[in-house]
Amino acid sequence: MFNFHYRLERNAMGLVLAIIVVASIGGLIEIAPLFTIDETVEDAPDMRVYTPLELAGRNIYIREGCYACHSQMIRTLRDEVERYGPYSLAVESKYDHPMLWGSKRTGPDIARLGGKYSNEWHVAHLYNPRDLVPESKMPAYRWLLRNSLEIDDLGEHLAAMRAVGVPYTDEMIENATADAYGQANPDSGQAAGVAERYGDATNVSLFDGKPETLTEMDAVVAYLQILGRLTDAARQAEQAKVE
Amino acid sequence: MVAQLTALERTYAAIILVVVICVGVAMAVVGRGDLLAVHGWIVAAYGMAVMVVLLRGIDASEPWEERFREYYDDPTRVGIILSLIWGVIAMAVGVWVAALLAWPDLTFDAAWASFGRLRPVHTSGVIFGFGGNALIATSFHVLQRTTRARLPDQLSPWFVLLGYNLFCVMAATGYFMGMTQSKEYAEPEWYADLWLVVVWVVYFLIYIRTLARRREPHIYVANWYYMAFILVVAILHIVNNLAVPVSIGHAKSYALFSGVQDAMTQWWYGHNAVAFFLTAGFLGMLYYYLPKRAGRPIYSYRMSIISFWGITFMYMWAGSHHLHYTALPHWVQTLGMVFSLVLLVPSWASAGNALLTLNGAWHKVRDDAVLRFMMLAAIFYGIATFEGSFMAIRAVNSLSHYTDWTVGHVHAGALGWVAMITFGSLYALVPWMWKRPALYSAKLVEVHFWLALSGTVVYVFSMWNSGIIQGLMWRTYDQNGTLAYSFLDTLVAMHPYYIARTFGGLLFLAGAVVAFYNVWMTISRPAPIDEGAAADLPVEPPAPRAWAQAGE
Repeated sequence: MFNFHYRLERNAMGLVLAIIVVASIGGLIEIAPLFTIDETVEDAPDMRVYTPLELAGRNIYIREGCYACHSQMIRTLRDEVERYGPYSLAVESKYDHPMLWGSKRTGPDIARLGGKYSNEWHVAHLYNPRDLVPESKMPAYRWLLRNSLEIDDLGEHLAAMRAVGVPYTDEMIENATADAYGQANPDSGQAAGVAERYGDATNVSLFDGKPETLTEMDAVVAYLQILGRLTDAARQAEQAKVE
Repeated sequence: MVAQLTALERTYAAIILVVVICVGVAMAVVGRGDLLAVHGWIVAAYGMAVMVVLLRGIDASEPWEERFREYYDDPTRVGIILSLIWGVIAMAVGVWVAALLAWPDLTFDAAWASFGRLRPVHTSGVIFGFGGNALIATSFHVLQRTTRARLPDQLSPWFVLLGYNLFCVMAATGYFMGMTQSKEYAEPEWYADLWLVVVWVVYFLIYIRTLARRREPHIYVANWYYMAFILVVAILHIVNNLAVPVSIGHAKSYALFSGVQDAMTQWWYGHNAVAFFLTAGFLGMLYYYLPKRAGRPIYSYRMSIISFWGITFMYMWAGSHHLHYTALPHWVQTLGMVFSLVLLVPSWASAGNALLTLNGAWHKVRDDAVLRFMMLAAIFYGIATFEGSFMAIRAVNSLSHYTDWTVGHVHAGALGWVAMITFGSLYALVPWMWKRPALYSAKLVEVHFWLALSGTVVYVFSMWNSGIIQGLMWRTYDQNGTLAYSFLDTLVAMHPYYIARTFGGLLFLAGAVVAFYNVWMTISRPAPIDEGAAADLPVEPPAPRAWAQAGE
């Protein structure tokens, strides 16, 4: 073996090829089958895609680096399930390009945050977390309420998401801007289309409490309110276990 | 520096810079209305700044033919300084983000100053700015000495060094503006990623072309590691950054993979960024500078072979231990755990090989703080790899994951291993590169050593405490069978450790500032030429005609 190596280390290209081959094996065996083995991701027929407003909110969540402190992955441990809710299934992040499972909980896990608090609570909490939770370490995201939301190019965003495999329809892409506006303005003419395209259960609301403007706060709160609610698969799985 | 380039190389440099400036302006035009335009202007300004330097020296006479009798070290010198500048900046940002966790209102209502945006500035600044520049600078130095051949030309090393720093500038400025893919340690967006691929290909070509010109039959161990670093980082970078941009005029892109496949790809990348950027590359440094400084040959050649191939093969399986108990299939988690455990063998073989090399030179370790930095690095490498294998065990990971224990572990590696070996190597390298008999002050190296060690110990111990306390509190039940502590209770418990950690980081930063001052004074102080440097030359070419360079 050492004699072989004695020859190998005299050959630069041989060494290069050996490194590439030896280093590639692990990744190939662990990653490639995840795309081919069917059981890797569960079936969830009720799974819906993010609305344009939720996607915009998700992009702001990424922009502000929220994933550095909040995980979105409840592990299969008793205390986590009791603290945060049913453990996360692979299918729940099927449309997450990229995934936001996170690696650190400086703040709590938020995989099942949707519906837990009111819109008003989220707005006040994002504006200054210490107004509601004095011990909080979270930055105050006041600029979300100041910045108006960019919605003109959301159709392009949806098209890019479709290019990587998310089943957005042509209709959804065409109406992306109107749907983003409508979801945050329930009294507007555009609101009806949102429920039509994304389902009646979609949260159509004055997220930031201000009807006249569409702010980044609208988008972030819309996103936080959908966390864990794109599909009911995790709750059904837990229910099935109890029965 | 420009005078060292041939007229032809200066012409090529000017052409490349014109292309870079044009690409920058094109980005600014197609990306108008998007943050991409800001990066376009930054690229163009960077290109113009380098162009100004080039034009100021463009009329210099052709470099002297005798240059082929010497190694080409200008890029190494600049790389050393860039590395130290990035180090001081990135560690200062690290202290700031640490302080933000203790006193969150230090954000001052400015988006760019919030924790989520500053954190990647710290991580990328340290890993890619400080570590990456040190790797490029030392790799050019080590490559030439161990092959006894000069770099193949004078332009491509500059392309790699300056191109790489352009990538780092785009990364750091992008985070301040909120441009990120959210993939940890791979945050820069698609266009920056594409640029890094170009830079990296040229880097690889420099390596392979120099090896082809070597005058030593064997390729030295340090170069195996540098090559593994270059090759595997390329594979990881390309696969993990596959994405579809919203449009050619948008900085934003969507990752090609989603959910569980994306998570596995990300941590395959993330863990092997640790393995091949922060370990393989720096082991290359260790294998050259430690024996050189100690004046002892590497203890065991066979141990180096076993540890090299062990690390190259097994690390690539270990990434899934970042995803224990998640929605990742169980079989992948188990594979990751098993390989992480076996990985301890090659890791300790490397650490042991380094420490055994010091046998017979321990008196030097006592007297010479530079060598002591390297020894301490090997010890921390051993500690951090043991801890890493331990934390990869599923049951341990259920406690440590998501807590500060992980952060403490990373810093045991980053401060104790990566930064210590870098400072040790740069301290050894600076007098050689600037032909000085010694550093400006050995006493300041001593000061730095103790600042660095105490800072690391304070940091790591506070994070161990904070992490383990939090992990235990999360899973504590009271006698009624309900969870005993709210999340908020754990946050209150961590507060004192966050202050202690900030203090530890501050000590380490102070050490880095001392290092920068010491290196700066060494360079700027006029000093007698070190006579010993005259022997630091490549093998004399056999015939004058062989001075022609590869590719000519």
